Amino acid sequence: MLKIRIIPRLDVKGSSIVKGIHMEGLRVVGRPQDMARKYFEQGADEMIIMDTVASLYGRSPDFALMRTVADELFIPLTMGGGIQSLHDITNLLRAGADKIAINTYAIRNPPLIAEAVRQFGSQCIVLSVEAKRTPEGWWEAYTEGGREHSGRNVIDWVREALDLGIGEILLTSVDSDGTRMGYALDLIRAVTAISTVPVIAHGGARDSASLFAAIETGADAVALATILHYDECSIGPLKRELSRCGLPIRSS
Amino acid sequence: MTRICIVDYGVGNMYSIMKAMRLFSQDVVMSEDPAVLRTASALVLPGQGAFQAGMEGLEKRDLLPEVLRAAKGGKPILGICLGAQLLLEKGWEFGEWPGLGIIPGEVVHFPALQEKVKIPHMGWNAIDLPDKGQWDGTAFVGITPGTEMYFIHSYILRPQMRAHVLAETTYGGVRFSSAIRSGNILGCQFHPEKSGKEGLRIVEGFVRSIG
Repeated sequence: MLKIRIIPRLDVKGSSIVKGIHMEGLRVVGRPQDMARKYFEQGADEMIIMDTVASLYGRSPDFALMRTVADELFIPLTMGGGIQSLHDITNLLRAGADKIAINTYAIRNPPLIAEAVRQFGSQCIVLSVEAKRTPEGWWEAYTEGGREHSGRNVIDWVREALDLGIGEILLTSVDSDGTRMGYALDLIRAVTAISTVPVIAHGGARDSASLFAAIETGADAVALATILHYDECSIGPLKRELSRCGLPIRSS
Repeated sequence: MTRICIVDYGVGNMYSIMKAMRLFSQDVVMSEDPAVLRTASALVLPGQGAFQAGMEGLEKRDLLPEVLRAAKGGKPILGICLGAQLLLEKGWEFGEWPGLGIIPGEVVHFPALQEKVKIPHMGWNAIDLPDKGQWDGTAFVGITPGTEMYFIHSYILRPQMRAHVLAETTYGGVRFSSAIRSGNILGCQFHPEKSGKEGLRIVEGFVRSIG
């Protein structure tokens, strides 16, 4: 049986790891290499590293920096942020990525997903979704690090991206991000109901109970940042608590 | 001198395995040059992707004779994921394709899995000892059966002989060979270089097995 994956997410800006609330007000929390090594030692099952402002600034991710982080890790690594082309993907794979997360430029140019899948395989292409609930109650997909409206309904967009061949979904609730209020369970429920590929829930982690709730709701994996970055939790104890709750967790 | 050569045949990410090997060996190179393969003490066939593309990648670089010669001469070879699949006689991905044929058997798609089980098989899953199997004297020495390794694949190894099954894994109700071995030839369907500290023990075990 496959294990539930616990995945720290590192948002890079310049040469630092940053974290905000609702993806805004980014504060420096550490050095990428140090934090990557720390979470690897703690027993992370995978890691996500995003060049968080690359899209906003209209540039490609910082390949050299990504490489130095990958060098610390012997677990699967997803990289993203500002991916505009197959060329960017090749460069990130060369920098040590196993999977590539795409959001902004996929929404602007959906055929990019199909091309990437054809060249690198479904298993390599992760759709990053930044979802924000609208006053009318549906979820809108945002771009550029949760800053820009796309007008796309998250559910419709996910369906389209599944048809284009994505292999996994990184589902961020912008509303919950950095709040420690628990994951957006209704969003997770809605997306996992239609997804044929694994879904990583992200945004709002508070404690092991909040992780448990996200998984019970249908997530295949949970991404977390704030509570790890501020040393409120560490991965080992979280995994032990989830295991005691009966979830399949990697022991080592 | 015990040089390890990571065979670059144009498929997938080779840096991870090189990085992992370098933790345990001073002399690790990556090459697509048959002459470099010939002088190496051990070969690693990494790779991810389709069976046919893998064989064509080896052929195009004229690496097939050298890999076969190494196997015949008893040189340790570690195949990972696609690299492990290529060790068998044939593969059934997008048609029927001949493999290296170093270990008898074939590569087939996952047979009917339980409902709602996703393909590819991607994530952490346990490796177990087969009946009457043992890991002493292999690169798996010291690994506790049931330890989880990282998998990402849609096709599985089906060696002809039980004696060549080194480890088994269950997914969606199907039990399959997650590692195969014949003498100095080792194939892992999972990625030891991506499987945390336990995976690194297997990499170390392989490096230690080289004369």
